[in-house]
Amino acid sequence: MLDQTVTADGRTIGGVVMEMRNITLRFGGVIAIKDISFDVREGEIRAIIGPNGAGKSSMLNVMSGFYHPQEGEVWFRGEKRRPMRPYQIARQGIARTFQNIALFDGMSVLDNIMTGRLNHMKSNFLEQAIWWGKAEREEVANRAKAEEVIDFLEIQSIRKTPVGRLPYGLKKRVELARALVAEPKILLLDEPMAGMNVEEKEDMCRFILDVNDEFGTTIVLIEHDMGVVMDLSDRVVVMDYGKKIGDGVPDEVRANQEVIDAYLGVSHD
Amino acid sequence: MPDQLLFAAEVSINGLMTGVMYALVALGFVLIYKASGIFNYAQGVMALFAAMTLVGIQEGRVPFAHLINSITGAHVSTVGFEIPAILAILLTVAVMVGFAWLVQKVVFKHLVGQEPIILFMATIGLAYFLEGVSDLMWGSEIRTLDVGLPQGINDAIDQGTFNAFGYGFFIDNLDIAAAIIAAILVAVLIAFSQYTKQGRAMRAVADDHQAALSVGISLNYVWVLVWSLAGIVALVAGIMWGSKSGVQFSLSLIALKALPVLMLGGFTSIPGAIVGGLIIGVGEALFEFAVGPLIGGATENWFAYVLALAFLVFRPQGLFGERIIERV
Ligand SMILES: Nc1ncnc2c1ncn2[C@@H]1O[C@H](COP(=O)(O)OP(=O)(O)O)[C@@H](O)[C@H]1O
Ligand SMILES: [Mg+2]
Repeated sequence: MLDQTVTADGRTIGGVVMEMRNITLRFGGVIAIKDISFDVREGEIRAIIGPNGAGKSSMLNVMSGFYHPQEGEVWFRGEKRRPMRPYQIARQGIARTFQNIALFDGMSVLDNIMTGRLNHMKSNFLEQAIWWGKAEREEVANRAKAEEVIDFLEIQSIRKTPVGRLPYGLKKRVELARALVAEPKILLLDEPMAGMNVEEKEDMCRFILDVNDEFGTTIVLIEHDMGVVMDLSDRVVVMDYGKKIGDGVPDEVRANQEVIDAYLGVSHD
Repeated sequence: MPDQLLFAAEVSINGLMTGVMYALVALGFVLIYKASGIFNYAQGVMALFAAMTLVGIQEGRVPFAHLINSITGAHVSTVGFEIPAILAILLTVAVMVGFAWLVQKVVFKHLVGQEPIILFMATIGLAYFLEGVSDLMWGSEIRTLDVGLPQGINDAIDQGTFNAFGYGFFIDNLDIAAAIIAAILVAVLIAFSQYTKQGRAMRAVADDHQAALSVGISLNYVWVLVWSLAGIVALVAGIMWGSKSGVQFSLSLIALKALPVLMLGGFTSIPGAIVGGLIIGVGEALFEFAVGPLIGGATENWFAYVLALAFLVFRPQGLFGERIIERV
């Protein structure tokens, strides 16, 4: 590919896989996103940072189809995306997690993760009903993939636990597992480390880096904590009051005066 | 006295069979409520509509015949031959699936995110609309339904119990068939929701809409699916009730009996609907048997509600629901 680059730690970053062009999103009088453009390249970890209420989650919701912008275009794999429902976008290989965690509380950890494989089940109803041939092979393959992700994220010990009973940090991890098991092309993570203790944060950082490194998954991640972002990401978009105020590699962004002002001017935790 | 006891046992068993009926209707409610939060007031009318459609197709009658005749001046009534029961049932299932699709497409798709009370009102509208459509499609006469289920008193049980206790139990073959069919239906439904892709999607949507969307599940698809299943359950209920008492408008009133069943079993629990239905069925039969004669009878009309109310006071979450503890 023409615009391929190799990072310092030896990962290959390819061409643009997703591009947001002049996105504007309003809720009544509130402008959550104001004319923002940026791109995401294949294989990179792309962070979106900014103070509370900057519009980060809104941007992720636009990317995953949960919100529909009034203006602007989304380009995915070289094509302009027509307006789509969130489930259609998920089926195109864009998986996500939520800032406030959206899991199936009534199901076990394993069952939650298995829902991430629903779109890899192609056998028809009859084949499933009599549990024959294709249906059985698919189920075995899906189960194997789920177990692989469970091992990868080190949650073997809770595989049968109902998700509703898990502590917050583990729920976040299960949500990541469910997104990951779909083998997405792009993984959108909304504050994956929020509300975690230091140790849990370190684990989560390691998982995110490993996912990117081992599976080559493109990751877009929202994070509050500047330090974490600088360590993790290849490139950073900075938002403030719905506007983009910075975009570049971590060192560039850190040196940007507007970014410094935004972060000093706003109290954040 | 033992005679009284045996008589009470017989009454309980017959109550159990009525309970199966209530359980089926309650099951239809639970399916839709779990997946969409819609309390479907039309569930009883759906049973009526399904039974009317089945009889109509079986007898080979032309739907909307009256309407067609008065508009075109023709005199159509039947296609001239009867349609075998199995084929008629399959066609009716197709009609119920079509109905589910229409309901979703025309009504509930446009009401996503509305208050539960609005959705409830929409189902009331739907109930009366469907009642009108049934009437227009098939006419309002009482019809007898016979899909070949065994009828009459079961001699084996009569003989067997007579030999054992000196008192023969009168149990209708139809009731036995109904209980077996209902048990199979429930087993199939549970297997469906546990082991198939569609069933998993259904459980996911019942649990969390956002999460379901994020793993690529279409809410619309699942809603059409649950309305279809509720339609099929309604058809089974309609067949049983219709075989017993004929197909007529009072059939839609069994929905009213499903209400106390739901109060007892909880609105989101399939086992709750089954056990609740059986308890109400047996409870009201026994109460009528024991207390009815003392207070002039007809206790079936209200006893179920009193039982459910008493239950609500002590266990508001229903039989199998989890206790809600408010966090402060
Ligand atoms: N569904 C919504 N309805 C109305 N306003 C919303 C909605 N989602 C976000 N907003 C508004 O958009 C702005 C940006 O919010 P958000 O994207 O959640 O910010 P961030 O994730 O950066 O904290 C806020 O003013 C918020 O109130
Ligand atoms: Mg946010």
